[in-house]
Amino acid sequence: MSKTDWPLYEVFIRARSGLSHRHFGSIHAADETMALDHARDLYTRRNEGVSIWVVRSTEIIASDPADSDSLFEPAADKIYRHPTFYKIPDDVENI
Amino acid sequence: MTKEQALITYATRMGDNAIVMAQRLSEWVGHGPELEEEMAMANFALDYVGQARMFFSYAGELDGKGQSEDDICFLRDGWDYGNVLLLEQPNGDFGEAIARLVLFETFYSLQLEGLVSSPARKLAEIAACAIKESTYHIRHAGHWLIRLGDGTDESHRRVQHAIDRLWTYTGELFEADQVDQIMQAKWEGPDLTVLREQWHRQIDALLSKATLQKPADGWMDSGGKQGHHSEHLGYILAEMQSLQRTYPGANW
Amino acid sequence: MYTQGLDQKQKKSAADPADTPERLAAFQARIDADEKIEPKDWMPSGYRKTLIRQMSQHAHSEIVGMLPEGNWITRAPTLRRKAILLAKVQDEAGHGLYIYGATETLGVSRDNLVADLLSGKAKYSSIFNYPTISWADIGTIGWLVDGAAIMNQIPLCRCSYGPYARAMVRVCKEESFHQRQGYEIMLELCRGTDEQKRMAQGALDRWWWPSLMMFGPSDKTSEHSAQSMAWKIKRISNDELRQKFVDVTVPQAEYLGLKMPDEDLVFDKKTGHYRFGEIDWEEFWEVLKGNGKCNRERLEARNSAHDEGRWVREAASAYAEKQAARDAA
Repeated sequence: MSKTDWPLYEVFIRARSGLSHRHFGSIHAADETMALDHARDLYTRRNEGVSIWVVRSTEIIASDPADSDSLFEPAADKIYRHPTFYKIPDDVENI
Repeated sequence: MTKEQALITYATRMGDNAIVMAQRLSEWVGHGPELEEEMAMANFALDYVGQARMFFSYAGELDGKGQSEDDICFLRDGWDYGNVLLLEQPNGDFGEAIARLVLFETFYSLQLEGLVSSPARKLAEIAACAIKESTYHIRHAGHWLIRLGDGTDESHRRVQHAIDRLWTYTGELFEADQVDQIMQAKWEGPDLTVLREQWHRQIDALLSKATLQKPADGWMDSGGKQGHHSEHLGYILAEMQSLQRTYPGANW
Repeated sequence: MYTQGLDQKQKKSAADPADTPERLAAFQARIDADEKIEPKDWMPSGYRKTLIRQMSQHAHSEIVGMLPEGNWITRAPTLRRKAILLAKVQDEAGHGLYIYGATETLGVSRDNLVADLLSGKAKYSSIFNYPTISWADIGTIGWLVDGAAIMNQIPLCRCSYGPYARAMVRVCKEESFHQRQGYEIMLELCRGTDEQKRMAQGALDRWWWPSLMMFGPSDKTSEHSAQSMAWKIKRISNDELRQKFVDVTVPQAEYLGLKMPDEDLVFDKKTGHYRFGEIDWEEFWEVLKGNGKCNRERLEARNSAHDEGRWVREAASAYAEKQAARDAA
């Protein structure tokens, strides 16, 4: 870290118990505690959080948009994974 | 002094501490070392304004003279203000601001804890509310004290100087006058001698983590609680009260 | 708004070798289909540059905007007003941080963006170079300046760049109270004493024209407008937004009993819009150049905060390094 360069963290917040953590944005901080404090100050002023995760941006492993086709398109035509693909007569119950 | 009068004065003093602190913290807007810290300071100021409102409203109700939170805040002069001297000191650099926050909040959270079981129910409720805010303030300021104390040579020097400079104002926090004594005796308020020991233990631990030296107890300045202030309070009040004084009776 | 298309004189850079006609067409097709562009997606170099400029100007404006309002926190006339103003200024810091964060996804660092602001290289909205000399100015800023900002920001919620659009959604949710608190201040003043009414009128007289200038010069004078519209970075033209603002705000001023400082202001029954006087664009360009009442002070304030805070930032970094070394040992 340079003398004054604080690393970037990505912020994930669980808004209410029962919900998943969602990505809210990013913040700069010098250490973990500061990152939590800054995330709390920036993103939960209006009662929007019960839990905060902060992760160094460099630790996030992301899929490459250039690979989107090979990663995601094959799933698009395997529609037999979706329940609506199958025709079951209406009078069969519980299925 | 009756126990009711003591309670009114005590609640007003707590409001005074809160609003003077809020004024000093507000001065950091636009001047912080980093944007996030400006937000944090503004956040603390907001917490303190909220507390001031609760304490002043409560004191006004108890007094029964129809005074609002704003009447109490904006229309009293310095000799009626009972905030402690520590809070009216100018901000100085960021190190001094953090040092002041740590020294005061450590006391304040103990004071608030000491009030949550008071039979003065409303006061106890306000204290319970304020403790949560105070806990976060201490966490934030405490971590900064450690970062500055154990950061660079320069930061260490600056924050040590700040602690040394402000130490003379810490004695007043634990000086029990008649109001404090009645609070303890009749309203189950905190025992300031006990608070002082707890405060010293907590401050010792924090200063040690921050690699800072605890100053020796020298002469302690005081008198704020009795309305004998430093020259700084006059300017704080002049600024804060200017609109209400210039346009008496107006609604805003 | 805070994104007035201020660097209109910027030369067109040489085409990025990666900007092939095929890629540009594919990109435009995505935009036309209302797809959102996300950080690591391919984008034309012009798109990236324009967004960096627009978003960073927006963020800078939020940050500088804290100064004229911060000026009145310690003097707010009641505890309630003090609390509201503190909350508003906090929000503004937050908005600046959201937008800096979103700008960083385009591959620039916040430190560099801030350095450009402090050096005077980067622009921010001209409106914040005016002084707040009375409490009524605080009401007027909320009513007019935040009002204008909301008008610009709502369409930006549909901007093609994902992080910016999402930041705008968050900002808009928070911004609505900003305008309402400003108007509420004006209502109290206009129902108050003669002196308070005079204070309110004085503020409107000084802030009206600069607020109209916030929307930027007419798009007819801007070469970049058309491209920004095509890329859905800009959704509505400057003139259209300005007209909308006038139409909405004049009745609000009438309700307050205030007089608009524009002799030529008249409601045109045929068009259903207000016609208004000529804006003094020379004032606008002078202020942008640095010759407004507060340009120097605003930058001096931010520069000294930055300089005086250097030892603090260094201490935090040094401490973090020591911690990391201790953890590793």
